[in-house]
Amino acid sequence: MQAFEYANPSTLQEAVALLAPQRGQTDVLAGGTDLISLMKDYIHTPKRLVNIKNIQELEGIRASAGGLRIGALVTMDELARNAEVRASYKALADAAAGIPSPQIRHMGTVGGDLCQRPRCWYFRGGFGLLATDNGKPLVPDGENHYHAIFGGGPAYFVSASSLGPALVAMGARVKLVSAKGSREVAVKSFFVAPKDENTREIVLRPDEILSEILVPAPAVHSATYEVRQKEALDWPLAAASVALTMKGSVVAGAKVVMGHVAPIPWEAAAAEKALAGKTITAASAEAAGKAAVEDAQPLSRNAYKVQLASVAVKRALLEAVKGKA
Amino acid sequence: MANTPDYSWPPMDQRKVIGQPYKRVDGPAKASGRAKYSSDYLSRDLLFGAYQTCPHAHARVLSVDTSEAESTKGVMAVHVAAPAGTEIQWAGAEIAAVAATSTEIAWDAVRKIKVQYEVLPHLVNETDLSKAGARAKAAGERLTGDPDKAFQEAEVTSEGHYGIPVINHVCLETHGSVTQWKGQGDDSQLQCWVSTQDVTHYAGSLAPNLKVPAANIHVRQDHVGGGFGSKFSPDAWGEVAARLSQKAGGRPVKLFLDRATDQKIAGNRPSAYGWIKIGGKRDGTITAWESRTWGTGGFTGGGSPPLPYIITGIPNQRMNHTAVSTNIGPSRAWRAPNNQQASYMTCGAVEDFAAKAGLDPLEVFKINARYTPEARRDTYLFHFDKAAELAGWKKLWHPRGESGPGPMKRGLGIGFNAWAGLGHQSQCRVTLHADGSVNVDIGTQDLGTGTRTIILQVAAETLGLPIGAIKLAIGSNDLPPDSASGGSTTVGGVSSSTRKASMNALAKLYELAAQTLGTTADQLEAAEGRIRVKGTPAKSITWQAACRRIPASGVISEIGETNPRNPMGLMAGGVAGVQMADVSVDIETGVVKVNRYVAVQDCGLIINPRLAESVCYGAISQGISTALYEQRFMDGQTGRMLNPNMEFYKLAGIGDIGDIVVHLDIRPENDKRGVVGLGEPPAVAICAAIGNAVANAIGVRVPNIPMTPEHVLAALEGRTV
Ligand SMILES: Cc1cc2nc3c(=O)[nH]c(=O)nc-3n(C[C@H](O)[C@H](O)[C@H](O)COP(=O)(O)OP(=O)(O)OC[C@H]3O[C@@H](n4cnc5c(N)ncnc54)[C@H](O)[C@@H]3O)c2cc1C
Repeated sequence: MQAFEYANPSTLQEAVALLAPQRGQTDVLAGGTDLISLMKDYIHTPKRLVNIKNIQELEGIRASAGGLRIGALVTMDELARNAEVRASYKALADAAAGIPSPQIRHMGTVGGDLCQRPRCWYFRGGFGLLATDNGKPLVPDGENHYHAIFGGGPAYFVSASSLGPALVAMGARVKLVSAKGSREVAVKSFFVAPKDENTREIVLRPDEILSEILVPAPAVHSATYEVRQKEALDWPLAAASVALTMKGSVVAGAKVVMGHVAPIPWEAAAAEKALAGKTITAASAEAAGKAAVEDAQPLSRNAYKVQLASVAVKRALLEAVKGKA
Repeated sequence: MANTPDYSWPPMDQRKVIGQPYKRVDGPAKASGRAKYSSDYLSRDLLFGAYQTCPHAHARVLSVDTSEAESTKGVMAVHVAAPAGTEIQWAGAEIAAVAATSTEIAWDAVRKIKVQYEVLPHLVNETDLSKAGARAKAAGERLTGDPDKAFQEAEVTSEGHYGIPVINHVCLETHGSVTQWKGQGDDSQLQCWVSTQDVTHYAGSLAPNLKVPAANIHVRQDHVGGGFGSKFSPDAWGEVAARLSQKAGGRPVKLFLDRATDQKIAGNRPSAYGWIKIGGKRDGTITAWESRTWGTGGFTGGGSPPLPYIITGIPNQRMNHTAVSTNIGPSRAWRAPNNQQASYMTCGAVEDFAAKAGLDPLEVFKINARYTPEARRDTYLFHFDKAAELAGWKKLWHPRGESGPGPMKRGLGIGFNAWAGLGHQSQCRVTLHADGSVNVDIGTQDLGTGTRTIILQVAAETLGLPIGAIKLAIGSNDLPPDSASGGSTTVGGVSSSTRKASMNALAKLYELAAQTLGTTADQLEAAEGRIRVKGTPAKSITWQAACRRIPASGVISEIGETNPRNPMGLMAGGVAGVQMADVSVDIETGVVKVNRYVAVQDCGLIINPRLAESVCYGAISQGISTALYEQRFMDGQTGRMLNPNMEFYKLAGIGDIGDIVVHLDIRPENDKRGVVGLGEPPAVAICAAIGNAVANAIGVRVPNIPMTPEHVLAALEGRTV
């Protein structure tokens, strides 16, 4: 790990003033569950680390009629346990609860979850976000078992955030603050599939801090289903978050967003269309699952993920209406 | 030989300490963190070592420039391990090492070492034998009987593919040492805090390369964080730590491999892939076996599984094995080397044969027990039934694939194991002091298996004392020599040597006590903290009173020695075992969960049933991890291992293990064989039993371990991966 300067601000204003606009100069430190390993592996070599954990205004979950405000420093554990979130924003609570190991849930923050870097092993091995070696993309002919089945490149990593798909399904926004001011961005647009090595996978600028997440008033029925191979320390192989607005027992509007299958949370428009005006049954859920993966473009070794994504959509839908009239 | 005591174990019903389920004596220290591993070592003058390793799978080193690293502040020594001209055969091979005043400085400095390579062609994946070209070396055909004729006459034949990949040891404590080298040449003094399975022979292995007398190398290890067969020698890094220390003026150097390097180069179990055909009768009797297998153990090829496993007596066999040389880290022994591979392939082929014949595999395994070595044949038969009873086989087994409606399919499967486990060469010294205190000293190591506890139980039983009255020392080469802890040989070795040393010391003590008690030494026994006349327990003196007769100027200090060629009834080798897995498979996702896992384990005299069971739990947990999760992903393009970590090199956690039911086959006829090691046999059959249970659940064979969603779904869809 390269030596760095450590800054410990106690207000957001102080913190943003310590961040540099150029990439690679400074890094924001929240729970550190991702950043520290990136630094140990020399993938990030910041000259200054800005610890934000002492900034009060980044804490707390606030629920109101208009929706939910989640401070960036809220831990995954707080989110998963919050009664309001569990009752009305189930897709989000499910996603947070699914993140493995009590240690990570207690240290990892929601801001960190959205801003964490991809786990693609070529990226972590030093081959860059697009995973190239002397210009040759390594993923298509490589070990792409856990890579993207949507998007078609040139980025093949999967977005690591489990909260991302749930927040997209709920139409959430994030607030990004810099010394120059603040902006709100829909979570849907927060994630990007980079086309070149100089673009990052999120629109966050190097001198910005994600201060809070704003979730609009909830859809009644929502859920997240993750296909996980093991219980201990593991990533979902595929996941889906759904949020449904209902008219009686039929679907008036559906948001279906898949996770861990593309460089961004992947919206399944075809599934959403297939569900409109339907009641959720095993058959309609299965049909939506099939529709969701219609234009999947699996790589040489990850065709199995197409099936998993389809099943995740089906099961998330059934879970969302479970026990509800 | 008139004075040689009768060393035999006390009869089963007269044992007081042996056979009791004591908890590990070092358990609290380990659980609380008080136990110090060598990798925990810290001192004010300690230097931290780090390696630069080769990023290429095959390359020639053209130049190594360490100048910038050497001039970095805080760097105290640099050592080039692979100078210009060296041909590198695997990524992760050590190029150069530094020792610095902090870990961070060491890692920064390592990155300043400039190495130029000529990159050479590599092969890192062997699953497709057709791509191995000249790197595949056939071992030649092995023929028994007339397989062609037997297959022609067979009433049922089945064939299948079976594969089990290269896996890692993943010791929680990586490989390495803290080594301090003071002085020069014959005046050198080396102090090594190590992580090894062989404390006694560490110095002897290190000495020739360093040109230092072995007598000047002092080796210490209190605890070791896993070895599993991968930590028998000091290795190159043991030597490099010493050289760095010497260059740094004799400051101790801590050189433990980082996790990624450990996973790349410090332990690979050889793979085995192949095609197997079985022919036999309608009643399930196997008459013919044919196999074409291959595998890799790294650059030197290697790793031929002993096929057919256990049912070696099949009358007609044709076998071909091909060893593939690959550019991956060299293989190391892994808990029952080659046996897991052989068990998986054999049990898989037998299960497929049973399915083809429309028979219950339990009956097919039993009818073919005729081909197992005679000495354990009855044991296997007994174990098949016992395991079936514990697994609920009669109730839960169903013909292959008939698993009912719904996406969750349940299945049962069988695997079997065999191992030798005769105790190793060992010396123990028991010292009795005039104040009644007792030392037991052995230059052995406790790999976490409970060796300390076992030694204390044997000494306490023999001396008639409580465990707490004995001071035990292990883990140093200043102590009487023991052997490597490998091959399940430790418990037999240390229990016999401790028994003998304790009896030898007692014999001396009896001579002193006999005078007081007015009898002869051969009439005495030690029990309940007293020396007493056999048959007349009232005539006795306390242990302390007996010891007070030891002249103040001396001690009683006696050696006991285990000789594997003359076990004297104290120990034996050869165990069987049968295991059964009960799994559920979600056929929509391919996720496999173990519901229950039953292990019936053959054994000899069990010194501590809790520890014996614990060894089985550990073995099975590790096996479940292998069967379901563990995969090294080798990138054909870059030649690198992509998951040298504990994140994508997936390991089972406690929630992934399921219920484990262990039945130790403790019976008088087993007990009378003496002590038999159990470290390895329970680790053998897990892939076999789980692989078969998955096939039973989903109706098709998943050829390749691990049973991941990728592999399971492919098998369900008839694809190969
Ligand atoms: C074995 C393992 C399994 C995991 N499985 C999952 C999983 O299934 N699903 C999942 O979603 N995650 C998973 N994680 C990831 C985990 O959730 C993240 O590491 C964690 O959420 C990161 O939060 P943190 O607060 O520790 O972030 P840090 O490590 O402190 O930061 C991560 C990154 O985000 C930036 N950052 C953090 N907070 C802010 C902010 N407020 N504003 C701007 N930038 C910021 C940092 O600069 C850094 O680049 C797993 C991790 C491990 C190790």
